[in-house]
Amino acid sequence: MDLQEYIELVFTDYTLRTITLGTAILGAICGMLGSFAVLRKQSLLGDAISHAALPGIAIAFLVLGTKNSAAFLLGALVSGLIGTFWIRGITRKTHLKSDTALGLILSLFFGFGMLLLTYIQKQPNANQAGLESYLFGQAATLLESDVWLMIIVTGISLVILLLFWKELKLLLFDPEYTKTLGFNTKFLDILITTFIVVAIVLGLQTVGVVLMSAMLLAPAAAARQWTNNLAIMVILAAIFGASSGVLGTAISASHNNLSTGPVIVLVAGAFVLISFVFSPGRGLLFREIRFRKNRNDLQLHKTLSFMYDIASTHEDISHPHAIKILNNFQGFTRKSLQKLEDKNYIKVHGNMWSMTASGFHTAANLYNQLVKAEEDE
Amino acid sequence: MEEKIAVQIDDLTVAYNYKPVLWDIDLAIPEGVLMAIVGPNGAGKSTLIKSILDIIKPIAGSTKIYGKSYKKQRSLVAYVPQKGSVDWDFPTTALDVVMMGTYGSLGWIKRPGQKEKKAALEALEKVGMLSFKHRQISQLSGGQQQRIFLARALVQNASIYFMDEPFQGVDATTEKAIINILKELRKAGKTVIVVHHDLQTVPEYFDWVTFLNVKKIATGPVKDIFNDDNLTKTYGINYKVSIKQ
Repeated sequence: MDLQEYIELVFTDYTLRTITLGTAILGAICGMLGSFAVLRKQSLLGDAISHAALPGIAIAFLVLGTKNSAAFLLGALVSGLIGTFWIRGITRKTHLKSDTALGLILSLFFGFGMLLLTYIQKQPNANQAGLESYLFGQAATLLESDVWLMIIVTGISLVILLLFWKELKLLLFDPEYTKTLGFNTKFLDILITTFIVVAIVLGLQTVGVVLMSAMLLAPAAAARQWTNNLAIMVILAAIFGASSGVLGTAISASHNNLSTGPVIVLVAGAFVLISFVFSPGRGLLFREIRFRKNRNDLQLHKTLSFMYDIASTHEDISHPHAIKILNNFQGFTRKSLQKLEDKNYIKVHGNMWSMTASGFHTAANLYNQLVKAEEDE
Repeated sequence: MEEKIAVQIDDLTVAYNYKPVLWDIDLAIPEGVLMAIVGPNGAGKSTLIKSILDIIKPIAGSTKIYGKSYKKQRSLVAYVPQKGSVDWDFPTTALDVVMMGTYGSLGWIKRPGQKEKKAALEALEKVGMLSFKHRQISQLSGGQQQRIFLARALVQNASIYFMDEPFQGVDATTEKAIINILKELRKAGKTVIVVHHDLQTVPEYFDWVTFLNVKKIATGPVKDIFNDDNLTKTYGINYKVSIKQ
């Protein structure tokens, strides 16, 4: 199936439409809530929660003996939340730092989950087939009811986000100050964490336990590069997340059914890479360009002001001087002379140069201009 | 003379783990003073402020704002935290941070409107930062960030101001600008409590001082108690400071 065929199929084929819609909504909610995780510097929490969800899924299967995605969600939610509270408990009650607590809980829960999975696979129960798809996700298993669940959860979190926008922003920026103003920070904290857990649990079926945290963090990290406004960042992250979902599904469906989860995550990764390099304000490329341009300009200005010092010793400012006398000035090149001549600051005749009136004037005001430009910025 | 007490602290003891950070503090801060809290690193200066503001739960003791608990008197109190306590790369503008000072009086859910924006702009003007209102906060210098924090507290329009090292890492111009605002606040009858590090400027800036080193060493008017004896007791070395008065 090629890409064009796929696009036609999205509108006609029920299954493909469900999957595309599901991954798009999942991407949007993960991007939205992931922004909060990133700004709270709790990026790794998502990773720990998703890994901690695995034993919950396995236990839900052991209890029921069948695959039931609603029960799996519940199991994942419960064990994800238990993992989260243990992490918080460890950091609060012991001297261990949060990275240690996260790493510990992540590995312990994941290890336990894997143990249960291998145990389940040894059972003579035919139903267990496909349970391991929770490791890396399988978008093909998405049903319409799953998509509805995602829509409802996204809607609820959107309403709560808008309702408590002011309080959440305050908490993200300055938690202690939030407390002094009389807001219940514990409530806000639990609100954010719960939503992050819910988003992760929703994505497990599609993206899988192992890769889920990338889904949460990548769109937010990419969005941060493009804006300095929190609201725009959250919206952009949702758009990036949704696009990753749609593009990832399209690529995986049109290429021999490549595993959807990894493809979606790689697409999200591509968004991050592009943002890191090409975003205008914070991107590496434009920063480098600005840096070089500034340095070149400065070098040119230094040369000009050196010439100005020489020219101003003479009564006639346009009196020709030998280029040789510039040789003891570091940073001067033939190229920079050429550039200065292009700007009509100086004139070059053979081995001599002379300053123009405009060059003299510019050089005289150079320092003042630089200072002013800094203030205006 | 009967003085009104703005902040009353009784038997306050705070500990993070096993070691007490504050030990049995009794302190009465009269209304309308501009007070410095001085003491060495680890003396519990920030902790004292945070306990009064209910950010940290004490092990024992009580703090009262005009005779009632902080919870009831919240609207009378404004706070300027240490500049380094937040991430200045947060995606927001100077004006937006100052607006946060209005959130407390707005309460839950209600959004700031024109009235709040006007108050924030006035505060920005007062600290000389009006032309920076749309600047992303990471692009502000340390001194400018400190002024933004001060403006955010001014917007709260409180009676008592707590400030944690507002002069840390700011240049002489900003320091002068800030102290002038603090003196204006005192002139308007407000009480201002400042964690301060530069002992040389205490007599010039403040009229009241508290020496703190886990225990309270002394508290009172600068002209009476700011002397080598108390400095030595607080800092543990033979301290000599030239007092310009």
